[in-house]
Amino acid sequence: MSVKAKLHYFNGRGRMETIRWLLAVAGVEFEEYFFETREELIKLQQSGVLLFQQVPLVEIDGMNMVQTRAILNYIAAKHNLYGKHLKERALIDMYVEATMDLNDLVMCHPMQPPEGREKNLALIVDKATNRYFPAYEKVILKDHGQDYLVGNQFSRADVQVPETILMMEEMKPDILAKFPLLQGFKARISNNPTIKKFLQPGSQRKSEIEEKMIPQVMKIF
Amino acid sequence: MSGKPKLHYVNGRGRMESIRWLLAAAGVEFEEQFIETKEDLEKLLSDGLLLFQQVPMVEIDGMKMVQTRAILSYIAAKYNLYGKDLKERALIDMYVEGTTDLMGIIMYLPFQPPEAKEKNLALITDKATTRYFPVYEKVLKDQGQDYLVGNHFTWADVHLLEAILMVEEYKSDILSKFPLLQAFKGRISNIPTIKKFLQPGSQRKPPPDEKYIAQVKQIFNI
Repeated sequence: MSVKAKLHYFNGRGRMETIRWLLAVAGVEFEEYFFETREELIKLQQSGVLLFQQVPLVEIDGMNMVQTRAILNYIAAKHNLYGKHLKERALIDMYVEATMDLNDLVMCHPMQPPEGREKNLALIVDKATNRYFPAYEKVILKDHGQDYLVGNQFSRADVQVPETILMMEEMKPDILAKFPLLQGFKARISNNPTIKKFLQPGSQRKSEIEEKMIPQVMKIF
Repeated sequence: MSGKPKLHYVNGRGRMESIRWLLAAAGVEFEEQFIETKEDLEKLLSDGLLLFQQVPMVEIDGMKMVQTRAILSYIAAKYNLYGKDLKERALIDMYVEGTTDLMGIIMYLPFQPPEAKEKNLALITDKATTRYFPVYEKVLKDQGQDYLVGNHFTWADVHLLEAILMVEEYKSDILSKFPLLQAFKGRISNIPTIKKFLQPGSQRKPPPDEKYIAQVKQIFNI
């Protein structure tokens, strides 16, 4: 099968990871071009392919797409992961925007000075367990007996919420202790064939950034 | 019940302003309930009206919508301001995310320490004139048309106008090197719904002042 998308980013999660998840789940094969130095990023900027001089960049369907949300919206809509109509889309958007807020906190965490890490971790855990997870737990509770977050069909929300849960569990393994329905949801979704495949070693999913890599990554940007 | 959308926010721009612009551009009348004290916010929270305990919140079509982008996308799609196909939507999304980033810098400015004011002004000017406005100027040039996407009025046009006017409040000649954006600004400002929104007495909010900043800090514990 031919490669349908080309991703340009550094070899780590950052803002590209959710895009990798969604492409994988949509069954879209993709190639990755990693830059490792600031010089390589500058070269990309000078080539004129980055609309606002920023990455992520995804070459897809003849477009040089930038801006994470624009890319995610396009993939979701194209591959029927965006609900059946406007109101389902509205719910999906609300749920995924919240995961992106939480992801941003997780993404910035390694860049905190060591003295601030513990406090920052506590803040993220607090937001997850008091603001975001209770909302999703309640959504699942309300539509108990349904497997998915919106409209009883698989959508990008069912990809992005588990992605965020897994990242949170890396920070605090028992983070779902008070959320039995989210535990069940996570287990069910992890068994979805494309997601199961993406969660296996050897997939294009990226691991948590290693401490020693942080200075290098910060130098690139 | 009026059936009009009802906006819940403080009486100022913040994250709600782009929503006000888009509703106005679409010709949709809306009501506003302002949060004036911490108690007002706490009531919204204890009534369970805020899905993630945050505002903006917009009551619209039987939903209590939160998350700015979710709200904007819904309005844009509902009122045909989101392009006619997936690819136009992709372009609109890219352009709007760019103006969101630019306006985001400006939104945080009043909350920065006073010593940083000059540095921040330089940052906005720099980003506007080297990263964002050249892109939109080029889009208009390459398209040779009146609008940013697909030769018809979309959310991208509304959002860009909002961004231009916002930056001009900081530096009135910011468009001096962008003739096509100047013409664009003139054209879009003359669209009847937008012209109306730009007149005194509309629901458009003024730039933040000391009083507003103090109120926001108090309500949101910043």
